[in-house]
Amino acid sequence: MVQKTCVVVVSGERERLQMAAMVASVAAVSGHEVLVFLSMNALPLFMKANQALEAPSEGPMGNLMVSRRVPEYRSLFEQAVSLGEARIFPCSMAMDVLSIARPDLVEYLEEPTGLTKFLSDAQDSQVWTF
Amino acid sequence: MTEKKVVDGRGSFCPGPLMELIAALKNAQVGDELEVLSTDKGSAQDIPEWVNKVGHQHLSTHEADGVWHITIRKVK
Repeated sequence: MVQKTCVVVVSGERERLQMAAMVASVAAVSGHEVLVFLSMNALPLFMKANQALEAPSEGPMGNLMVSRRVPEYRSLFEQAVSLGEARIFPCSMAMDVLSIARPDLVEYLEEPTGLTKFLSDAQDSQVWTF
Repeated sequence: MTEKKVVDGRGSFCPGPLMELIAALKNAQVGDELEVLSTDKGSAQDIPEWVNKVGHQHLSTHEADGVWHITIRKVK
């Protein structure tokens, strides 16, 4: 049976996004089925218009990651999709509150999904929250 | 006999070298050997873990002048 890993990302802080992207990408390339749910302050960073926007650092590690060649969280999420079995879902509630439409978001995301659907998909899986 | 392909992950951090290896594996043939170069010690430990977990073959790991050389064979 395929191991299922769910990653819930609500923070817009660089360190949390980075850790979430690492868990999602490494799980995806290790043969897990990976579901990522993007909501709250994490979601606007996945808008096409915000791709040059840097996520603010929570502390010194976040600043250091920029000056060193740490793979960017956006490319790790994209690799989770392209190299593994990851699917990334934007939260429909956050989209409503922020007035975001599907075409505003980067292409590698799935269709907007509500919590009810995500909770049912996340059943019997390992869930990581960032 | 196929030639060994070098994946240069030097200067990157976990999981950068692993991701570069996986991208290279997609384009490799079964039986090919790939050698990952990494300056990141965590990756040197993590890549063999991944290779064994997904069912490829870890051939060797050695360090020279701050660079880890991790050699693997694509099995499937």
